[in-house]
Amino acid sequence: MTSTATRPTASGPDDRPKPERAPRVLSFSHRMSRWDLKVSPYLYISPFFILFAIVGLFPIVYTAVISFQEWDLVRNSGTFVGFDQYIWILSQADFWVALRNTFSIFLLSSVPQIVLALFIAAMLDRNIRAKTFWRMSVLLPYVMAPVAVALIFSNMFGDNHGLVNNILTSVGLDPIAWHKDPFWSHIAIATMVNFRWTGYNALILLAAMQAVPREYYEAATVDGANAFRQFWSITLPSLKPTLIFVVITSTIGGLQIFDEPRMFDTFGRGGAANQWLTITLYLYNIGWGEFNFGRAAALAWILFIIILAIGLINLGITRRLVRDEGGRGVIQRRRRRKGAQQ
Amino acid sequence: MAIAAFSASAIVLAGCAGGNDDAGSEDGEITLTLATFNDFGYDDELLQEYMDENPNVKIVHNKAAITDDARTNFFAKLGKEGLADIEAVEVDWFAEAMQYSDLLAEVPDSAKGRWVEWKEEAATDADGRLVGFGTDIGPQAVCYRADLFAAAGLPSTPDEVASAIDGDWDTFFDLADQYKAATGKPMLDSANSAFQGIVNQVEFPYDEPDGTVVATSNPEIEAAYNLVVERGIPNSAYSGQWSDDWNASMANGEFAAMLCPPWMLGIISGNAPEVTGWEIANAFPNGGGNWGGSYLTVPANGKNVEAALALADWLTAPEQQEKTFVNVGAFPSAVDAQAAPSITDSTNEYYADAPTGSIFADRSEAITVTPYKSADYFKYNTALQDAITRVFDGVEDAQTSWDTYVAEVEAF
Repeated sequence: MTSTATRPTASGPDDRPKPERAPRVLSFSHRMSRWDLKVSPYLYISPFFILFAIVGLFPIVYTAVISFQEWDLVRNSGTFVGFDQYIWILSQADFWVALRNTFSIFLLSSVPQIVLALFIAAMLDRNIRAKTFWRMSVLLPYVMAPVAVALIFSNMFGDNHGLVNNILTSVGLDPIAWHKDPFWSHIAIATMVNFRWTGYNALILLAAMQAVPREYYEAATVDGANAFRQFWSITLPSLKPTLIFVVITSTIGGLQIFDEPRMFDTFGRGGAANQWLTITLYLYNIGWGEFNFGRAAALAWILFIIILAIGLINLGITRRLVRDEGGRGVIQRRRRRKGAQQ
Repeated sequence: MAIAAFSASAIVLAGCAGGNDDAGSEDGEITLTLATFNDFGYDDELLQEYMDENPNVKIVHNKAAITDDARTNFFAKLGKEGLADIEAVEVDWFAEAMQYSDLLAEVPDSAKGRWVEWKEEAATDADGRLVGFGTDIGPQAVCYRADLFAAAGLPSTPDEVASAIDGDWDTFFDLADQYKAATGKPMLDSANSAFQGIVNQVEFPYDEPDGTVVATSNPEIEAAYNLVVERGIPNSAYSGQWSDDWNASMANGEFAAMLCPPWMLGIISGNAPEVTGWEIANAFPNGGGNWGGSYLTVPANGKNVEAALALADWLTAPEQQEKTFVNVGAFPSAVDAQAAPSITDSTNEYYADAPTGSIFADRSEAITVTPYKSADYFKYNTALQDAITRVFDGVEDAQTSWDTYVAEVEAF
């Protein structure tokens, strides 16, 4: 899979003549401009971090404070209870069911989603008529409000009068217990998620595909590689960094899934036997259903830690993959260093 | 209007309440904000009437779509700022609000004694302060499909059905068994609504005023559960109400009877406008039962507490309750309004011209028990309804599901 790296055209930047190193003259304006070069990027990005500190960091810290308390929302006061709230959450069977459901829905949505997005992107990457129209249409589901999506799909996945079950029974099959069987409820919810996010991911992947130099494909065609072989050996490896980005974002999104399971039935509590209770839904039920914000805050932190852990695992995999394969920046730097030694 | 389980509807569409920044200006004009949900029948005409009588008052009415939104908003802002001058509170979460009764303004003495006794009692805290103005109540009757009953060879006129139902829950389920034997279909819409009907007749279902929790040890509750599991579930088309399927089912004859408080009438006729068979029997298994109903409360830290109390007083006075009954069918909680000719003489065309006013006045009188609902009532009740749903769905058997419920309650 290192084909891209070994192709002569891939090392384009390396062909540039190496610049002569200029002698260092540290005049004031030079120092200023160096300073400008170093500091101003941070100034430019600072609004985000200042804003984040106010609307992001503060709530996170405040949540941590509340999570160690028995909190009364109305009177805005609490008593310190140490790790009791965390222990309570971890000892709940509901929590572990919610964790199972979250991962199940996440896998059922992310995997087919990315495969399908890749396929759609590959199709859109070809020379088709009315390109912009098709590309826009792919993004359309993403623009729809999740609530609207859920309304449409809850009509489809109705147990008695749903579209899918009507079709199944009309061809003599058994209707599916969408709201009873955990697996099928996860399938239904994952379908809603996939409907919404596949197009979005497809466009990101398409953008990355467009960046793959066309010469590769021309050369491959000359060599007699068919379309599938080209996709497998050229497109996919080039997409690796983007794919990893897509995987990470959909992991974070998947672990926080809320709208779709909440809209899946009228009660929005995750099913009578917690069939489709997800972690965020559980969090919501504790917080805004029972107004127990101490426990909800503890659960929020547990979720935060889970996402962090998964993120780190992702990062580890990413690093390894990038070092071995695609990541242009890393490879270039390594090559350049090698070049300097010679 | 107070639709208990409607609150559970997850259609989180909108829901804005609050915005009382511009209260009071120099020429003594007061802006009062009124926050309700669903439809209380407080239309522009009614509010204009008050503004005409009180030229210095301007009313801004904010309606939340469902009571869940109102509940979230209420507790997020109670004791802080941002609540409307008058906040409507649903009876299902009223007990939670009563924990903070010290943060609500007291109802003036002049208004006391206006409402049916149990309605007023539920809004009086341990210190004897009455903090809620009663709006509507939900005395239940039984709605049924006369055509389907007749086809099944059962009694079908309202009087015949009423006397067939008159009795305890076993009598009611006997009738359901007959219906099932004749048609092969369930008679009742949902097992959980039957369960709710039974629980609403238990005085201390889940806990007692002194804090003793009996949710898992109360023989009445266990009996109710067993009765519903054994006799209710086989005779029910659905486990719970308010699903899309359930909404659709009112028109297609999947079942033939529903327990109906007055506010349910509009839901049936709205979901089944073409169906002509629906009628009302002036009876309820085991006497009477109340389902739903709301209160108006005035947060004590509002900017115009006095003026808000005056408006809430006026809105819940018998004359206005008569008008909201006409507007949306909210059955009055004020005793005088229940006896008013506009109520007692009212009929409903959809239900074969049933004398709805007098039926529900009778049903209101038949209510002898109002359950004690603590702040935890909602939690316990939801957990047990989930247990019934699990049995209905075949996910767990009756005993396992009860054990799960016990485990859940112990975790609270």
